[in-house]
Amino acid sequence: MHPVRKQRLYLVLFIALFSSIAIGLVVYALRGNINLFYPPADVAAGMAPVGQPIRVGGMVLEDSLQRSADSLAIRFKLTDYQESVAVVYEGILPDLFAEGQGAVASGVLNDEGVLEASEILAKHDENYMPPEVTHALESSGYDEKGKAR
Amino acid sequence: MYFDSLQAALHMGGHGFFVWTAYAVTVVTIAAILITPVLRRRRFLRQLTGQLKRAQGAADPSAPGER
Amino acid sequence: MWPIFHKFGSPPWLYAISGAILRWLLPITLLALVTGMVWGLLFTPSENVQGNSYRIIYIHVPAAVVALAGYYVMAFAGAISLIWRMKMADVAMKAAAPVGAALTFVALFTGAVWGKPTWGTWWVWDARITSMLILLFLYLGVVALYEAFDNKEAAGKACAVLSLVGMVNIPIIYKSVDWWYSLHQGASIKFTGETSIHSSMLYPLLLMIAAFYALFTCCLLLNMRAELLQREQRTQWVRKLINEDVVN
Repeated sequence: MHPVRKQRLYLVLFIALFSSIAIGLVVYALRGNINLFYPPADVAAGMAPVGQPIRVGGMVLEDSLQRSADSLAIRFKLTDYQESVAVVYEGILPDLFAEGQGAVASGVLNDEGVLEASEILAKHDENYMPPEVTHALESSGYDEKGKAR
Repeated sequence: MYFDSLQAALHMGGHGFFVWTAYAVTVVTIAAILITPVLRRRRFLRQLTGQLKRAQGAADPSAPGER
Repeated sequence: MWPIFHKFGSPPWLYAISGAILRWLLPITLLALVTGMVWGLLFTPSENVQGNSYRIIYIHVPAAVVALAGYYVMAFAGAISLIWRMKMADVAMKAAAPVGAALTFVALFTGAVWGKPTWGTWWVWDARITSMLILLFLYLGVVALYEAFDNKEAAGKACAVLSLVGMVNIPIIYKSVDWWYSLHQGASIKFTGETSIHSSMLYPLLLMIAAFYALFTCCLLLNMRAELLQREQRTQWVRKLINEDVVN
């Protein structure tokens, strides 16, 4: 290769490498802020600030959802299957919100460790199945990965 | 077809507005990125053809039209 | 390899071959796009959890995938134009930027419209979505930077450097859902391991991904042809082309 071109090739590699390192360091320094939410385990460990707006995300624990009889108020638990966080919320829920589904609640953690949520977002997983297939799988006792339930 | 009627396909169980809006905007964007370069090339070809014609029409090569 | 490399550097050859490719690639692309859209909209089953809103996947995922791949094309062309001063690479880089920007916009817009009925919000500042927005700004930055220079050679160099610097964003977008807690779910189609999307939904999705790759190629070639004519307007081959056009 021509020496001038070789020099330019090194320049290009230098730009690509050092901009990657610089941005990589920035991203590494900001890693805590880039996370959209705290998992319940972090909240239980006291890593989430109390009295400040935060988000907590996890699965809505089965059989934990309690609805108020006369208002839109609800109470449920978010879990990562290690710890769980109780959430209270009053308002409209996204269609996908259900027990056993993922959710992200934003609000303020009170002194008792209960999240007083002002917004609930539903989180879904990467599985896409037609309803009939899901029902067939459920009745066969195996999940979509072929493992016994 | 998955849907029983055109009505059902448009409504999509309440999600029709979202799905059809997303597809409409996508189709318009695709059309725009395909048509823009075609129009640009045509416009330029027309312009250059005119320039050449004028240049051929004029005996003096430094006539206006030849830039 | 070198003879091909030199041919790519020849504008009349590139103009002729791209015209020949587009003559069959463009109809196939349009056919694949229409087929994939009709298939995804009307002939696939609904999704168990999301219902019908999931049908947006057939445009959202292909647009996002090709927007990422297109950035590599742009940055690669920029690197070649920096190292070898190859004018056609500069043309390719300039041609890729608006197409990439449009596809990124489609991915962001359809994502927002999909997010409302499923997540319950149009927009959230999570890692995936924010890094995708940065990608849009990078593409638009290349377009704007090119226009900002009067000296097009300097413009090409500046744009090439910008696209190289921005390249680090692509793996960040790709891995963002694994590295951080985000609202966006993980990948459904995996190169290694099991794909978590049912085959009745996977096939139209793969068709649409292929169609969007073809669409990107078509738009890239169309943009390059328009740019080539403009840059080469004083040359013999363009004059000849136009004279033939006038005679016809």
